[in-house]
Amino acid sequence: MHEWALAQSVIKTAVEHAAAGRLKKLKETGVAFGELQGIDKEIFVFALEELRKQFPAAAACRFRISKEPAAFLCKVCAHKFSLKALRKTADEAEFIHFIPEMAHTFLKCPACESPDFEITAGRGVHITHIKGDR
Amino acid sequence: MNLDPRPSVIEERLKNVKRIIAVTGWKGGIGKSVTASTLALLLARKGYKTGLFDLDFAGASDHLILGAKGLFPKEEKGLEPPVIAGVKFMSVVFFSADKAVPLRGANVSDAIIELLAITQWGELDFLVLDMPPGINDAALDVIRFMRKTQVLAVTTPSMIARSVLQRSLALYKKLKVPVLGVLENMSAVKRPAAGALRLDAGLEKALGRPAALLKTAFARDLALAAPRLNLPVI
Repeated sequence: MHEWALAQSVIKTAVEHAAAGRLKKLKETGVAFGELQGIDKEIFVFALEELRKQFPAAAACRFRISKEPAAFLCKVCAHKFSLKALRKTADEAEFIHFIPEMAHTFLKCPACESPDFEITAGRGVHITHIKGDR
Repeated sequence: MNLDPRPSVIEERLKNVKRIIAVTGWKGGIGKSVTASTLALLLARKGYKTGLFDLDFAGASDHLILGAKGLFPKEEKGLEPPVIAGVKFMSVVFFSADKAVPLRGANVSDAIIELLAITQWGELDFLVLDMPPGINDAALDVIRFMRKTQVLAVTTPSMIARSVLQRSLALYKKLKVPVLGVLENMSAVKRPAAGALRLDAGLEKALGRPAALLKTAFARDLALAAPRLNLPVI
Protein backbone atom coordinates (compact mmCIF):
# COMPACT_ATOMS: atom_id res chain seq x y z
CA MET A 1 0.00 0.00 0.00
CA HIS A 2 2.86 2.37 -0.74
CA GLU A 3 0.52 3.55 -3.53
CA TRP A 4 -1.72 5.06 -0.83
CA ALA A 5 0.85 7.77 -0.06
CA LEU A 6 1.09 8.78 -3.71
CA ALA A 7 -2.70 8.65 -4.18
CA GLN A 8 -3.02 11.02 -1.23
CA SER A 9 -0.57 13.42 -2.87
CA VAL A 10 -2.61 13.34 -6.11
CA ILE A 11 -5.99 14.02 -4.52
CA LYS A 12 -4.55 16.71 -2.20
CA THR A 13 -2.78 18.47 -5.07
CA ALA A 14 -5.91 18.33 -7.26
CA VAL A 15 -8.06 19.84 -4.52
CA GLU A 16 -5.51 22.54 -3.68
CA HIS A 17 -4.93 23.36 -7.36
CA ALA A 18 -8.68 23.61 -7.99
CA ALA A 19 -9.06 25.94 -5.01
CA ALA A 20 -6.16 28.10 -6.18
CA GLY A 21 -7.72 28.26 -9.66
CA ARG A 22 -11.10 29.15 -8.18
CA LEU A 23 -12.84 26.07 -9.56
CA LYS A 24 -16.19 25.69 -7.83
CA LYS A 25 -16.47 22.04 -8.75
CA LEU A 26 -13.57 19.67 -9.37
CA LYS A 27 -14.73 17.38 -12.18
CA GLU A 28 -11.73 15.55 -13.58
CA THR A 29 -8.07 14.95 -12.78
CA GLY A 30 -5.70 13.30 -15.21
CA VAL A 31 -3.07 11.07 -13.62
CA ALA A 32 -0.16 9.56 -15.52
CA PHE A 33 1.60 6.44 -14.24
CA GLY A 34 5.19 6.28 -15.41
CA GLU A 35 6.06 2.81 -16.64
CA LEU A 36 9.33 2.80 -14.69
CA GLN A 37 7.69 3.01 -11.24
CA GLY A 38 5.12 0.33 -12.02
CA ILE A 39 2.32 1.62 -9.81
CA ASP A 40 -0.47 -0.90 -9.15
CA LYS A 41 -3.56 0.74 -10.64
CA GLU A 42 -6.04 -1.33 -8.63
CA ILE A 43 -4.44 -0.40 -5.29
CA PHE A 44 -4.08 3.24 -6.33
CA VAL A 45 -7.76 3.52 -7.35
CA PHE A 46 -8.82 1.79 -4.13
CA ALA A 47 -6.78 4.32 -2.14
CA LEU A 48 -8.29 7.23 -4.07
CA GLU A 49 -11.80 6.01 -3.27
CA GLU A 50 -10.94 5.75 0.43
CA LEU A 51 -9.31 9.19 0.40
CA ARG A 52 -12.34 10.87 -1.17
CA LYS A 53 -13.95 10.78 2.29
CA GLN A 54 -11.20 13.05 3.63
CA PHE A 55 -11.41 15.42 0.64
CA PRO A 56 -15.07 16.40 0.08
CA ALA A 57 -14.04 18.75 -2.74
CA ALA A 58 -12.99 15.67 -4.73
CA ALA A 59 -16.20 13.72 -4.02
CA ALA A 60 -17.40 13.91 -7.63
CA CYS A 61 -14.02 14.08 -9.31
CA ARG A 62 -13.27 11.55 -12.00
CA PHE A 63 -9.67 10.33 -12.02
CA ARG A 64 -8.60 9.51 -15.56
CA ILE A 65 -5.50 7.34 -15.35
CA SER A 66 -3.13 6.81 -18.24
CA LYS A 67 0.16 5.00 -18.61
CA GLU A 68 3.26 6.77 -19.85
CA PRO A 69 5.96 4.59 -21.42
CA ALA A 70 9.42 5.01 -19.93
CA ALA A 71 12.10 6.49 -22.16
CA PHE A 72 15.79 6.95 -21.49
CA LEU A 73 18.63 8.94 -23.03
CA CYS A 74 22.22 7.95 -22.31
CA LYS A 75 24.31 10.97 -21.30
CA VAL A 76 27.51 9.23 -22.38
CA CYS A 77 26.70 7.89 -25.85
CA ALA A 78 23.35 9.63 -26.56
CA HIS A 79 21.63 6.27 -27.17
CA LYS A 80 17.85 6.39 -26.72
CA PHE A 81 16.24 3.29 -25.24
CA SER A 82 13.07 1.96 -23.64
CA LEU A 83 12.37 -0.15 -20.57
CA LYS A 84 11.83 -3.22 -22.72
CA ALA A 85 15.52 -3.16 -23.65
CA LEU A 86 16.55 -3.47 -19.99
CA ARG A 87 16.81 -6.47 -17.69
CA LYS A 88 16.02 -6.38 -13.99
CA THR A 89 15.28 -8.92 -11.28
CA ALA A 90 12.03 -8.94 -9.30
CA ASP A 91 13.85 -7.41 -6.30
CA GLU A 92 15.38 -4.67 -8.43
CA ALA A 93 11.97 -3.88 -9.94
CA GLU A 94 10.57 -3.61 -6.40
CA PHE A 95 13.32 -1.17 -5.35
CA ILE A 96 12.70 0.94 -8.47
CA HIS A 97 8.98 0.82 -7.66
CA PHE A 98 9.69 2.59 -4.36
CA ILE A 99 12.34 4.99 -5.69
CA PRO A 100 12.50 5.19 -9.50
CA GLU A 101 16.00 6.75 -9.28
CA MET A 102 17.26 3.32 -8.25
CA ALA A 103 17.15 2.65 -11.99
CA HIS A 104 20.61 4.23 -12.06
CA THR A 105 21.82 1.56 -9.64
CA PHE A 106 20.34 -1.46 -11.38
CA LEU A 107 19.95 -0.53 -15.05
CA LYS A 108 22.48 0.54 -17.65
CA CYS A 109 22.54 1.85 -21.17
CA PRO A 110 22.22 -1.15 -23.51
CA ALA A 111 24.71 0.42 -25.92
CA CYS A 112 27.59 1.52 -23.66
CA GLU A 113 26.59 0.05 -20.24
CA SER A 114 26.72 3.43 -18.47
CA PRO A 115 24.38 4.12 -15.53
CA ASP A 116 24.57 7.82 -16.43
CA PHE A 117 21.34 8.18 -18.35
CA GLU A 118 18.39 10.54 -18.20
CA ILE A 119 14.85 9.33 -17.59
CA THR A 120 13.18 11.46 -20.25
CA ALA A 121 9.65 10.10 -19.76
CA GLY A 122 7.62 7.67 -17.68
CA ARG A 123 9.40 8.09 -14.34
CA GLY A 124 6.59 8.14 -11.76
CA VAL A 125 3.20 9.60 -10.93
CA HIS A 126 2.22 13.05 -12.17
CA ILE A 127 -0.92 15.04 -12.86
CA THR A 128 -1.66 15.75 -16.53
CA HIS A 129 -4.75 17.93 -16.20
CA ILE A 130 -7.32 19.28 -13.76
CA LYS A 131 -10.80 20.23 -14.98
CA GLY A 132 -13.73 21.82 -13.21
CA ASP A 133 -16.48 24.43 -13.29
CA ARG A 134 -15.71 28.03 -12.46
CA MET B 1 0.28 20.12 -17.53
CA ASN B 2 2.97 18.12 -15.74
CA LEU B 3 2.26 18.68 -12.07
CA ASP B 4 4.30 16.87 -9.42
CA PRO B 5 1.85 15.92 -6.65
CA ARG B 6 4.43 14.66 -4.14
CA PRO B 7 5.46 17.96 -2.45
CA SER B 8 1.86 18.51 -1.31
CA VAL B 9 2.08 15.77 1.34
CA ILE B 10 5.58 16.35 2.70
CA GLU B 11 4.45 18.83 5.33
CA GLU B 12 1.77 16.40 6.46
CA ARG B 13 4.30 13.55 6.76
CA LEU B 14 6.33 15.75 9.12
CA LYS B 15 3.48 17.39 11.02
CA ASN B 16 3.97 15.23 14.12
CA VAL B 17 7.73 15.70 14.20
CA LYS B 18 8.55 18.23 16.90
CA ARG B 19 12.15 19.03 15.98
CA ILE B 20 14.32 18.36 12.94
CA ILE B 21 18.09 18.50 13.47
CA ALA B 22 20.28 18.49 10.36
CA VAL B 23 23.82 17.38 11.16
CA THR B 24 25.90 19.17 8.55
CA GLY B 25 29.49 20.01 7.69
CA TRP B 26 30.61 20.89 4.24
CA LYS B 27 33.77 18.79 4.26
CA GLY B 28 33.71 15.03 3.79
CA GLY B 29 35.13 12.64 6.38
CA ILE B 30 34.73 14.89 9.41
CA GLY B 31 32.35 12.60 11.31
CA LYS B 32 28.86 13.80 10.39
CA SER B 33 27.43 10.30 10.13
CA VAL B 34 28.86 9.04 13.42
CA THR B 35 27.70 12.26 15.12
CA ALA B 36 24.18 12.05 13.64
CA SER B 37 23.80 8.35 14.43
CA THR B 38 25.16 8.67 17.98
CA LEU B 39 22.98 11.72 18.65
CA ALA B 40 19.92 9.72 17.53
CA LEU B 41 20.91 6.80 19.77
CA LEU B 42 21.46 9.11 22.76
CA LEU B 43 18.08 10.79 22.27
CA ALA B 44 16.31 7.42 21.92
CA ARG B 45 18.04 6.05 25.03
CA LYS B 46 16.76 9.03 26.99
CA GLY B 47 13.22 8.11 25.95
CA TYR B 48 12.67 10.59 23.15
CA LYS B 49 10.84 9.32 20.07
CA THR B 50 13.63 9.63 17.54
CA GLY B 51 14.12 9.16 13.80
CA LEU B 52 17.31 9.14 11.73
CA PHE B 53 17.26 9.86 8.00
CA ASP B 54 20.48 9.26 6.07
CA LEU B 55 20.41 11.77 3.25
CA ASP B 56 23.95 11.08 2.09
CA PHE B 57 22.92 8.89 -0.85
CA ALA B 58 26.40 8.56 -2.33
CA GLY B 59 28.11 7.78 0.95
CA ALA B 60 25.29 6.26 3.03
CA SER B 61 26.84 4.79 6.15
CA ASP B 62 24.45 5.19 9.09
CA HIS B 63 23.29 1.59 8.56
CA LEU B 64 26.86 0.44 9.19
CA ILE B 65 27.19 2.60 12.31
CA LEU B 66 23.88 1.28 13.69
CA GLY B 67 24.54 -2.30 12.59
CA ALA B 68 21.25 -2.34 10.68
CA LYS B 69 21.10 -5.64 8.84
CA GLY B 70 18.19 -7.52 7.31
CA LEU B 71 15.79 -4.63 7.82
CA PHE B 72 13.29 -3.15 5.39
CA PRO B 73 10.56 -0.52 5.79
CA LYS B 74 7.02 -1.82 6.31
CA GLU B 75 4.50 -0.92 3.62
CA GLU B 76 1.56 0.73 5.36
CA LYS B 77 -0.02 3.70 3.59
CA GLY B 78 3.52 4.55 2.56
CA LEU B 79 6.69 3.24 4.14
CA GLU B 80 7.17 2.91 7.90
CA PRO B 81 10.87 3.06 8.80
CA PRO B 82 12.25 0.03 10.64
CA VAL B 83 13.36 0.57 14.24
CA ILE B 84 16.89 -0.17 15.41
CA ALA B 85 18.03 0.48 19.00
CA GLY B 86 14.90 2.58 19.49
CA VAL B 87 15.55 4.76 16.43
CA LYS B 88 13.26 4.86 13.38
CA PHE B 89 15.71 4.65 10.53
CA MET B 90 15.38 5.49 6.84
CA SER B 91 18.10 5.25 4.23
CA VAL B 92 18.51 4.73 0.51
CA VAL B 93 20.46 1.56 1.31
CA PHE B 94 17.18 -0.30 1.83
CA PHE B 95 16.62 0.06 -1.90
CA SER B 96 20.13 -0.21 -3.36
CA ALA B 97 21.09 -3.79 -2.44
CA ASP B 98 24.47 -2.53 -1.16
CA LYS B 99 25.37 -1.20 -4.59
CA ALA B 100 26.52 2.28 -5.61
CA VAL B 101 23.85 4.94 -6.17
CA PRO B 102 25.23 7.04 -9.07
CA LEU B 103 22.80 9.95 -9.17
CA ARG B 104 23.07 13.39 -10.72
CA GLY B 105 21.79 16.32 -8.67
CA ALA B 106 18.28 16.43 -10.12
CA ASN B 107 17.94 12.68 -9.51
CA VAL B 108 19.02 13.10 -5.88
CA SER B 109 16.35 15.75 -5.47
CA ASP B 110 13.70 13.50 -7.02
CA ALA B 111 14.67 10.59 -4.79
CA ILE B 112 14.57 12.79 -1.66
CA ILE B 113 11.13 14.15 -2.58
CA GLU B 114 9.92 10.58 -3.19
CA LEU B 115 11.17 9.41 0.21
CA LEU B 116 9.79 12.47 2.00
CA ALA B 117 6.40 11.91 0.35
CA ILE B 118 6.09 8.22 1.15
CA THR B 119 7.81 7.87 4.54
CA GLN B 120 5.41 7.74 7.47
CA TRP B 121 7.51 8.92 10.41
CA GLY B 122 4.53 9.18 12.77
CA GLU B 123 5.09 10.98 16.07
CA LEU B 124 8.67 11.99 16.76
CA ASP B 125 10.31 14.27 19.28
CA PHE B 126 13.41 14.46 17.08
CA LEU B 127 14.21 13.65 13.48
CA VAL B 128 17.97 13.70 12.96
CA LEU B 129 19.12 14.23 9.37
CA ASP B 130 22.55 13.01 8.33
CA MET B 131 23.43 15.44 5.57
CA PRO B 132 25.87 14.85 2.72
CA PRO B 133 28.92 17.12 2.55
CA GLY B 134 28.51 20.48 0.86
CA ILE B 135 25.57 22.63 -0.07
CA ASN B 136 23.83 20.66 -2.76
CA ASP B 137 20.45 19.28 -3.77
CA ALA B 138 19.94 17.45 -0.48
CA ALA B 139 20.69 20.54 1.60
CA LEU B 140 18.59 22.83 -0.56
CA ASP B 141 15.66 20.38 -0.49
CA VAL B 142 15.84 20.16 3.30
CA ILE B 143 15.72 23.95 3.52
CA ARG B 144 12.84 24.01 1.01
CA PHE B 145 10.66 21.21 2.37
CA MET B 146 11.61 20.86 6.05
CA ARG B 147 11.27 24.42 7.22
CA LYS B 148 11.59 23.74 10.92
CA THR B 149 15.07 22.29 10.42
CA GLN B 150 17.78 23.43 12.80
CA VAL B 151 21.41 22.95 11.83
CA LEU B 152 24.02 21.27 13.99
CA ALA B 153 27.37 21.89 12.31
CA VAL B 154 30.35 19.56 12.60
CA THR B 155 33.93 20.57 11.93
CA THR B 156 37.45 19.40 12.79
CA PRO B 157 40.49 21.27 14.15
CA SER B 158 41.77 21.61 10.56
CA MET B 159 42.11 25.12 9.22
CA ILE B 160 40.55 23.88 5.98
CA ALA B 161 37.44 22.51 7.69
CA ARG B 162 37.09 25.69 9.75
CA SER B 163 37.28 27.90 6.69
CA VAL B 164 34.57 25.89 4.95
CA LEU B 165 32.52 25.97 8.18
CA GLN B 166 32.62 29.78 8.26
CA ARG B 167 31.26 29.95 4.73
CA SER B 168 28.46 27.50 5.56
CA LEU B 169 27.46 29.42 8.69
CA ALA B 170 27.31 32.65 6.71
CA LEU B 171 25.00 31.04 4.19
CA TYR B 172 22.71 29.55 6.83
CA LYS B 173 22.47 33.02 8.39
CA LYS B 174 21.57 34.51 5.02
CA LEU B 175 18.95 31.79 4.44
CA LYS B 176 17.64 32.29 8.00
CA VAL B 177 18.20 28.65 8.91
CA PRO B 178 18.74 28.41 12.69
CA VAL B 179 22.11 27.01 13.76
CA LEU B 180 22.17 25.24 17.14
CA GLY B 181 25.94 25.32 17.35
CA VAL B 182 29.20 23.82 16.19
CA LEU B 183 30.82 20.58 17.30
CA GLU B 184 34.56 20.21 16.86
CA ASN B 185 35.15 16.54 16.12
CA MET B 186 38.54 14.82 16.48
CA SER B 187 39.41 17.56 18.94
CA ALA B 188 42.85 17.48 20.54
CA VAL B 189 41.72 18.99 23.85
CA LYS B 190 42.67 16.89 26.88
CA ARG B 191 39.58 17.48 29.01
CA PRO B 192 35.91 17.69 28.04
CA ALA B 193 35.19 21.16 26.70
CA ALA B 194 32.17 22.89 25.26
CA GLY B 195 31.40 21.49 21.82
CA ALA B 196 34.57 19.36 21.66
CA LEU B 197 34.33 15.72 20.62
CA ARG B 198 37.72 14.28 21.51
CA LEU B 199 39.52 11.84 19.29
CA ASP B 200 38.39 8.44 20.57
CA ALA B 201 40.57 5.45 19.72
CA GLY B 202 37.79 3.10 20.85
CA LEU B 203 35.18 4.48 18.49
CA GLU B 204 36.04 2.37 15.43
CA LYS B 205 35.56 -0.89 17.34
CA ALA B 206 32.12 0.20 18.57
CA LEU B 207 30.76 0.91 15.08
CA GLY B 208 27.90 -1.42 14.18
CA ARG B 209 27.04 -2.02 17.86
CA PRO B 210 24.68 0.64 19.24
CA ALA B 211 25.09 -0.46 22.88
CA ALA B 212 28.88 -0.26 22.59
CA LEU B 213 28.70 3.03 20.73
CA LEU B 214 26.73 4.59 23.56
CA LYS B 215 29.51 3.66 25.99
CA THR B 216 32.28 5.38 24.03
CA ALA B 217 34.06 8.56 25.12
CA PHE B 218 32.76 10.07 21.88
CA ALA B 219 29.14 9.49 22.97
CA ARG B 220 29.91 10.89 26.43
CA ASP B 221 31.40 14.04 24.93
CA LEU B 222 28.41 14.43 22.62
CA ALA B 223 25.98 14.02 25.51
CA LEU B 224 27.97 16.61 27.46
CA ALA B 225 27.79 19.07 24.59
CA ALA B 226 24.04 18.65 24.02
CA PRO B 227 22.63 21.11 26.59
CA ARG B 228 24.84 23.90 25.23
CA LEU B 229 23.39 23.24 21.79
CA ASN B 230 19.80 23.80 22.85
CA LEU B 231 19.30 20.05 22.94
CA PRO B 232 17.96 18.24 26.01
CA VAL B 233 20.20 16.59 28.58
CA ILE B 234 20.99 13.20 27.07
